[in-house]
Order: sequence, then C-alpha cells, then structure tokens
Amino acid sequence: MSGQGVFASALLGPELPRPETLRDPSGSRATRRFDVYRNNVAVALTEALAAAFPVVQRLVGETYFAAMARDFARAHPPRSPVMALYGAELPGWIERFPPLAALPYLPEVARIEQARREASQAADAAPLDPRALAGLSPAELAANAPRPHPATRCLRTRHAALAIWGRNAERPDLAQSPPGEVLITRPALSLRLRAAPSGTGATLRALARGAPLGSALPQDADHAAIFACLFTAGALVPQGDPEP
Amino acid sequence: MQSTQLPNTAGIGFKARHFDDLGDPGAVSWLEIHAENYMVAGGPRLAMLEALRARFPISVHGVGLSIGGEGPLDAAHLDRLKQLIDRLRPAQFSEHLAWSTHEGTYFSDLLPLPYTAATLERVTSHVDEVQQRLGLRMLLENPSSYLVFEDSTLSETSFLAEVARRTGCGLLLDINNVFISASNLGTSAQAYLADYPVELVGEIHLAGYVEEEDGQGAALLIDTHGAPVADPVWALYAEVIARIGPRPTLIEWDNDVPDFPTLEAEAARAARLMARRVAA
Repeated sequence: MSGQGVFASALLGPELPRPETLRDPSGSRATRRFDVYRNNVAVALTEALAAAFPVVQRLVGETYFAAMARDFARAHPPRSPVMALYGAELPGWIERFPPLAALPYLPEVARIEQARREASQAADAAPLDPRALAGLSPAELAANAPRPHPATRCLRTRHAALAIWGRNAERPDLAQSPPGEVLITRPALSLRLRAAPSGTGATLRALARGAPLGSALPQDADHAAIFACLFTAGALVPQGDPEP
Repeated sequence: MQSTQLPNTAGIGFKARHFDDLGDPGAVSWLEIHAENYMVAGGPRLAMLEALRARFPISVHGVGLSIGGEGPLDAAHLDRLKQLIDRLRPAQFSEHLAWSTHEGTYFSDLLPLPYTAATLERVTSHVDEVQQRLGLRMLLENPSSYLVFEDSTLSETSFLAEVARRTGCGLLLDINNVFISASNLGTSAQAYLADYPVELVGEIHLAGYVEEEDGQGAALLIDTHGAPVADPVWALYAEVIARIGPRPTLIEWDNDVPDFPTLEAEAARAARLMARRVAA
C-alpha cells in the first residue's frame, strides 16, 4: 500500500496499525501524535453530521450521537470535499441500525432534516404565482404543466415525525402535525415545512415527469387541498421555465 | 485573470452568525470564506455572500483540493472551484500544503506529507494545474505539524520556496502554524521564519491553539482555530511585519466561534501592529 494509503486506512480504522515512518522529535514512533489526526477526522465528521441532524442528535443525546456518527462515518466516509450534503445516507443507516429500532420515528425525523438541508441549498427559482393561472379556462388549467420548485421535497411519514421535529426545533406550530405527507420547500430564502394532504407527493412526482395538472392529481385525492397546499407553499415553478 | 489584491489590513473568516454585524468595513476590512462551504446551487448561504461581496473584498480559501495528495487532483472539484471563482471574482485564492482525499475518500482534515524530491514534483505539478485551470496566481499555506516523516529530505521552508520558484505561486504564511510546528517538533520558529521566503507572502493567518500532551510527557499544541491568538504568535507576527511591512492578515476562528466584538478586537490588534510599522 502507498504511504498515504496506509495513513488513510489507519485514520478511519483504529484497529489498524499506525504508519511506521512517522516520528516524534526524539525519533520514537509517533502514536499519540498520529492520533491527533484520527481525532481531527472523527470530530470533523461527527460535527458535520451533528450540524446537519440537530434534532436526531437531541433525540438520542450528544454522547450516543457521537458514537453513532463515528460508526456511520466509518461505513460511509465522505466521497467529496463538499460537506454540505454529507450524511445523505444517515436516515437509511439509522433505519437498519438495530440498537435504534425502539425509536421507529427516528429515520423519518432524519429524512425531514435531510430534506431541509437539500431544500436550503437547492437552486433558486421564482415560484409559480397562482394568479398567473386565474384567467385560464378549465381545459387550459388541466393542460398546464407547472413543475416542482428545485427546493421542493415531499416525504411520507408513518409516525408523527413532523410533530416530533417541530417540538424539538422550536416550531410549536407543527407540534400537533399528524403522520402522513410532509412538504418541504423554499420559494425564496426561508424554508417552509408543513403537513401536506395525501396525494401531494404523487402529484409532485407526476409534475416532475412533465404531466399536466389534469392528469397529475391522483384520482381519489382531495384536489383542492393539494392545489392549496402546493400554491400557498410556493412549491411549484411555472410551466416552461428552463431547468435550473 | 488579473485579480484585485486584498488590502494590507485585517480580515476575518466569515461566519453566518456575524452577517448582521458586518455593516461596513472597519477594523474588519475584508472576509475570507472556505470555498467548499459555498459549492451549493443556491439558497441563503450564497445570498449572504452576494450581499457581502458588494461591500467587502473576499478571499477564497480552499480546504479540499488535496494538493499534496498522491493521486491526481479531483477534476470535478476543480471545476466547482473554477465556477465559484468565476462567479465571485475574489481578491485572492489560497490552498494548503496538505492532502485530504485518498482514493475518493475525503477526510475533512489537512493531512501531512513527507518533503522529498518525489512529493515536490507532485505538489509542483498540482499547483501548476490549479493555477492554469483557475487562471490565477494562488497562495500556498504552510501546515501545522504534529510529527515528522523519517523519509523527509527537505526542510518545509525550502520545499515551499522551491514550489513557489517552479510554479510562480505566492505563499500564505500561517504564523500560528509556524509556532505550533516549531513547538511540537522541538525546532525554532525564529529560525523557520529566517529561512522562509517572506518576499512571497501574499497573506498572513493568525489563529489560536490549545495545549495537550503527546503521551510521552511533552506538550503538544493542537491547531484548533478555537481560541484567541496566543501572545508568542502575536510576537512573531510583529517581527514579521517589522521585516516585510503590512500584509493582508486574517484572524481565523472556526470553532467555538465568539461574538463579533471579540473577533473585531483581534482584527483591530493586528491592524494596530501594522499601523505601528507604517508609522515607524
């Protein structure tokens, strides 16, 4: 293995030997000194995950989160120097992590946090102004094909994950949110999170494929509620806007 | 690209929590950002930066190019950097004499390399590639060291001088790193600075460290960027400024970030030391 290969493996694998060519000033093997780098890496990755998943950290506690983050980071070290989205696999990893099976809502809370950071960093775009559709005939409206805003995400929760998130993120207005769909978007600079009517996610997926409003809405859904939710959140961009 | 230069005054590393404190340039007259934090498509982070760059010169400091890496530079990352530089037109761009990526895994730390003929070739070719791709003259920063490689054959100062001579790059002198390395390796910071090609310094970094222990009873200084600049580092800074005159000087404080007045006071201290040199 190359010099940096040995160094790199030992950084994430505390059971692996430290590189042999490293010395302290007296000429002895550098052990504690090499561990400065091991610790720096572990702390940097743990802190990046804690900053990205603050409510998960609050729910499991700082000590538990740090231990869990080290395990996660060994299995999923960053693959890019852009850390803004590091940890995208954490929600799925939590779901498959047996010690956390007693908190079945935790992966859903983690997905909300991941969607928030994705929305926060997505491309900017002016949302669709519903007044632009006001003059359309029913046939024209059905043929119109707005698309999801680049920041729009919709999740399906089986547990009251949005309520749990709201209670732990100083959003008491969300503290009673039921299980079901959650809409997250950012029409300008501020994130919007809200419980969404059933069928919102299916509508957004259809619009993303280019379907017009007339066929994007699921048959058995409350169309007026879905329209109101998407329009008031600013979750759509007008038909024909260039891809960001 | 002929970029504007940073002013020979004090700046700070920008943190979002200080956005509202940064009305007009004062003791803090320019800002440095970590390039990788702004490699996002849109949103409030970029909007803040756009607002600030109308009032403050911006220095872009990369932490992820892995210039000292054994492998080739990450072309996709270099593209992202090019895009950011073209968008911001910063006053300066700097990176580290270190590696942070190996076979696609990014370690989020600045890792050390031995100073040999082979690593000199590699770093030289990487700096050439960065400068060519970005169309600018970059600054290369000296690392903080905790250990030495038994296979090193060159001193750090001659390594840096030779990279600069071969590539035409400038240097970012991190005086906190000089002090930390000298303390940790049992060498002299003054001797380092005497050997260092100070005429190539385009920017100076000042930061804080914490003292730990190396497991053998010796003090080990850790470069945390989480404390005020220490007195011996201020003393070295004053000596450097006395020798070469004012240079753009950054107060780096990335962890346990204090309130703005604390940072501003550190910047004002650097500005006073520079003003004293100019008056003398």
